[in-house]
Amino acid sequence: MNIKKLRKNRPVISLFVAGKTIKSITALKNLKFICNEVLKGMYKLEVIDILKNPKLARENQVLAIPTLVLRMPLPRRNIIGDLSNRELMLAELNYSVKGKKVFLSI
Amino acid sequence: MKKNKNYFKRSPLPKSPTSIHGLDEITGGGLPKGRPTLICGGAGCGKTLFAMEFLVRGANEFNEPGVFISFEETEKELIQNVSSLGFDLNKLIAQKKLWLENIYVKREETKQNGDFDLEGLFVRIHYAIESIGAKRIVLDTLETLFSELPNSRILRSELKRLFSWLKKKGVTTIITAEQGDGAFTRSGLEEYVSDCVILLDHRVTDQSSIRRLRIVKYRGSTHGTNEYPFLIDEDGFSVLPVTSLGLNHDSSLERISTGIPRLDTMLSGKGYFQGSTVLVSGTAGTGKTSIAAQFVEAACRRGERVLYFTFEESSSQLMRNMKSIGIHLEQWEKKGLLQFHATRPTLYGLESHLTTSIKLINTFKPAIVILDPINGFMIGENQSEVKNMLLRLVDFLKMKHITAFFTSLTSAGDNLENSDVYVSSLIDTWLLLRDIEIGGERNRGLYVLKSRGMAHSNQIREFKLTNSGIELVDVYVGVDGVLTGSARLSREMEDDAEKLLRQQEIGSKQFSLERKREAMEAQIVVLRSEFEAEESESLKIINIEKARNESFKKVKVEMAKSRRGDAPLKKIVMKKSKK
Repeated sequence: MNIKKLRKNRPVISLFVAGKTIKSITALKNLKFICNEVLKGMYKLEVIDILKNPKLARENQVLAIPTLVLRMPLPRRNIIGDLSNRELMLAELNYSVKGKKVFLSI
Repeated sequence: MKKNKNYFKRSPLPKSPTSIHGLDEITGGGLPKGRPTLICGGAGCGKTLFAMEFLVRGANEFNEPGVFISFEETEKELIQNVSSLGFDLNKLIAQKKLWLENIYVKREETKQNGDFDLEGLFVRIHYAIESIGAKRIVLDTLETLFSELPNSRILRSELKRLFSWLKKKGVTTIITAEQGDGAFTRSGLEEYVSDCVILLDHRVTDQSSIRRLRIVKYRGSTHGTNEYPFLIDEDGFSVLPVTSLGLNHDSSLERISTGIPRLDTMLSGKGYFQGSTVLVSGTAGTGKTSIAAQFVEAACRRGERVLYFTFEESSSQLMRNMKSIGIHLEQWEKKGLLQFHATRPTLYGLESHLTTSIKLINTFKPAIVILDPINGFMIGENQSEVKNMLLRLVDFLKMKHITAFFTSLTSAGDNLENSDVYVSSLIDTWLLLRDIEIGGERNRGLYVLKSRGMAHSNQIREFKLTNSGIELVDVYVGVDGVLTGSARLSREMEDDAEKLLRQQEIGSKQFSLERKREAMEAQIVVLRSEFEAEESESLKIINIEKARNESFKKVKVEMAKSRRGDAPLKKIVMKKSKK
């Protein structure tokens, strides 16, 4: 496993949700699954409920819900949707550590 | 019964006034309150500005805070763009009367993974509305989302939800959209926003652009259906609904002097009607502007305000030229009674001219407006449009009881009465200036072609520009027809000469009679002197004779004495006395 490499490039993820809607809950569930199963806890996740914190929606230019903001590693990317396609999500995480390719699988 | 009455009771749709010049008139009070309105049009037709003015005026004039959600421009850009119109957005934002928010999606950084909705947009709009208690909201070019978000199917359903959500919130919404081919908007937004659709248009004809506005639909309300010209200038938006005005202006009985006493006399002694429309037409150099200037001078002297639109000369040139006939307009300009507005007719389109004029009239509030000349507007075959524009202007001026004074240059060779026929129906008093060419010179003639509502003179007057203004002179009307200028003068001189000749003849006759009398008297004197000479001669002879007789008698006595010496003396003396 590439856990060591992964530890160095620990992804920093923000997930923007709006209350407890089906899409928000699904997204969180999917994200948590990947984070726990694949990243083995090597991540930093922040869940932001824009209903409680509407200012943050403006600051982060969040429009679609749910929006996942992949802050680290660079470049910063937004993924909108309920993350139901886990493979795609994985590919995105792989792509993020380019140069030092990390291959993750479920 | 009561139920029926209620059934037929009209309850007008609540409206949100825009306070944009003219728009509230054609929409019958403003945009539908609490409902979305779609503003569509091509690039650069003023959609954003329209929306922004709606918010700013709402905040300033109706105390209705507004939210501006921009999908294209950043807050900073927006503030800069409208500051040229005098809208201080920063101040409004500080006063919590306006909320600017730029919403965009970075397409290159965004990927879709699964189902999503636009709850973020809803939350942000909601937050913005709640923060300042907004009553009005603008979504500027919502359609850009179609190119930014990956799934247009979701977007469509979300937008539909957004509009009904906004409607439920009761905020008056403006959505702007780019006009598409054959449709009002590129992505068919009009399907969702169907309460009110306003189309803005910006087209170019004969190299001059005309902006027009049309209310395509307004659910639940009557509205003007025409295309209305509108203008964007330093004061923002203004729509011209002048065609909606009826012919129900009051007409004044007041009369105002033309500034030329004899012209007043020709117009039944008092001059033009106040609030009427006067046209002076004539060929080049007949003195149209001079008549206008004389009118201005008289009006300013009365203390009235005059707005002078000049389309051919600059104001300084005009003032210089008028000085040569003794009309000093600069004093009135200095006093603020006279305002010049010199533009080339081709500078902008007819509608812009109209709107600018109306704006200037509204701010300056003149009693008299002068357009010198109206022909400049004629470019190509746009007579009917020019007439339309003048019609609107005349209607507007009549409503405001402003006297309008137009000059019109007619091309030589045309029948003068026909050449301005396109505006003739608008005109109340029409003065015609014409060249009268006799004996190798041209002179100006003036007559009143028509003057509604007064007994005007039917005479042609010769019109002279002198150092002290305009003078009207009677023309010579004799057996040879109308004579003016030198011909009139020479004719008058001839007449004078004839008269003189006759006078001279009489004089000479009198003189010769006098001479005769003198001659006669002289003769009498000569005769008398001759007679006197003769008489004295005769007397002399008589005296000599007498003396001789005396001496003869003496001698006789002496002789008798000497001869007789004894005869009585008395006898001889008696004889002598008998003689």
